[in-house]
Amino acid sequence: MSNVLIYVEAENGAAKKSSLEAVSYGAAVAEMLGGKAVAVAAADLSADHAGELAKFGADKVLHFGGTVNQSSEIAELVAAAAQQENAAVVVTAKSINADGAVPMIGVKLKASVATNVTALPDLSNGFVVTRAAYTGKAITQVSLHSNVKVLSIKKNASGTKEYNKPLAVESFNANISASKITVKEVKKQTGEILLPEADIVVSAGRGLKGPENWGMIEELAKTLGAATACSKPVSDMDWRPHHEHVGQTGIKVSPNLYFAIGISGAIQHLAGVNSSKVIVVINKDPEAPFFKSADYGIVGDAFEVVPKLNEALKAAL
Amino acid sequence: MKILTCISHVPDTNAKIPFKDGQPDLNGISFVIAPYDDFALARAVELRDQTKGKLTVLNVGLADTEPTIRKALAIGADDAIRVNAHPHDAFYVASQIAAIAKQENYDLILMGRESSDFNGGQVHGMVAEMLGLPCVVPCMKLDLNGNVAVMQREIEGGKEIVEVALPFVAGCQEPIAEWKIPNMRGIMSAKTKPLKVVEPVAVENYTRIIKYEMPPQRSSVKMIDKDNIGELVRLLREEAKVL
Repeated sequence: MSNVLIYVEAENGAAKKSSLEAVSYGAAVAEMLGGKAVAVAAADLSADHAGELAKFGADKVLHFGGTVNQSSEIAELVAAAAQQENAAVVVTAKSINADGAVPMIGVKLKASVATNVTALPDLSNGFVVTRAAYTGKAITQVSLHSNVKVLSIKKNASGTKEYNKPLAVESFNANISASKITVKEVKKQTGEILLPEADIVVSAGRGLKGPENWGMIEELAKTLGAATACSKPVSDMDWRPHHEHVGQTGIKVSPNLYFAIGISGAIQHLAGVNSSKVIVVINKDPEAPFFKSADYGIVGDAFEVVPKLNEALKAAL
Repeated sequence: MKILTCISHVPDTNAKIPFKDGQPDLNGISFVIAPYDDFALARAVELRDQTKGKLTVLNVGLADTEPTIRKALAIGADDAIRVNAHPHDAFYVASQIAAIAKQENYDLILMGRESSDFNGGQVHGMVAEMLGLPCVVPCMKLDLNGNVAVMQREIEGGKEIVEVALPFVAGCQEPIAEWKIPNMRGIMSAKTKPLKVVEPVAVENYTRIIKYEMPPQRSSVKMIDKDNIGELVRLLREEAKVL
């Protein structure tokens, strides 16, 4: 029993970037264990895109013809696939829907579960994972010692890797009981880059003075191909929607590049962003605590600096 | 209506936590109800008032968590249960909650979407799976319409409205309710509200924490003049290599 099963989520028919990372992560773990990396996806992944998973390390793709929307449905699909493949390890990318399914998968498979995993496991002495805890204030090493392990990985836990594996897509059947949860309405902003998926995040706070001033933030995000985000006071005041709020009680992000504009850097905000690779802080207050947690800083008024930065980026990119 | 709210006892989120010999050094740090659990508790108090029901608060912890449990009673829970055990991991805690819920048949089990110390985000889903109940997470709004709850759930890039019949489990987050601050009457009455201590059920441990560490520290910040923005762009491309 040394196979790895990876759950792949899709957006607009194609696998999410975070899921491609999960496939590469799972392929690396399968190599360590001497097993196969098997991906499982539902109909949200189109047949045209299923084969792409081989490039990221999947030895085989199990393609389920139905859809799975609620956590319990995802959990049933993944558990059925894990049992068929005799998987020792199940990998998912951190996402709102997968996060709901992971604990259910753990109970179904009598598995140990680790979420917020930030690196490949260490197999030199058992099975030890590294994960973020204390809302980003600590990392911890946890030993998992059940036969099956379920891991939910954070963005940038291993990155993607290119493989040259042959395409092998199999259709997969599972009996999924319909969720008792009925979805009445979905309100989703389309055409946006999803915040948890984004490589670059442009985030702004109270320093912007009002929701009417977000135009320049959106412009900057557009130039960078970035997602927009905000601090807690901004979402509390309804200047921006809650799904943009990053921090202790919002979304935790770990992009390659995080811009914090007019955000002072309270410990609760830092908790949601401090696993970003590079942090740039723009604030007119030279004493803003955020500068202590930044890689690059500019002391200046956002209304002056942001448009100039946007022009400079447009010229350079 | 019988409502159960599960709370974690966690270090104050404003506290800087030092780590010594691979363990958090919690000497002198005050403890609070985990922020997400506090949202769940606030909404549970409102729903209890609306339905004239009964709200029980549950914590898995040793005797040192009792001041935190008393705070939940002061905020408005009617009674409390403490499972007398160290909360070893999510599976252990969920097993304790499920064991109690199987006897009590709650209509609604609310808790936060995750704790602010371990950040597992697993207990709600595990409890639901163990009890065969649906689980809604992250739940941002919850209204009861007779036997059915209408909820707003966060999804990536937006939200969805869902409906589910009681009983169920929900992992809550803002803006489900405003945090409640206990008033003097609440604090006084909390002292005499029942707090039952029960012994844990036996659960096999699947995980073991080896050590904690501080995350890697950033090297000191490089300041760039606001009149030299081009330099920032250059550094991001050539030094940090993120553009």
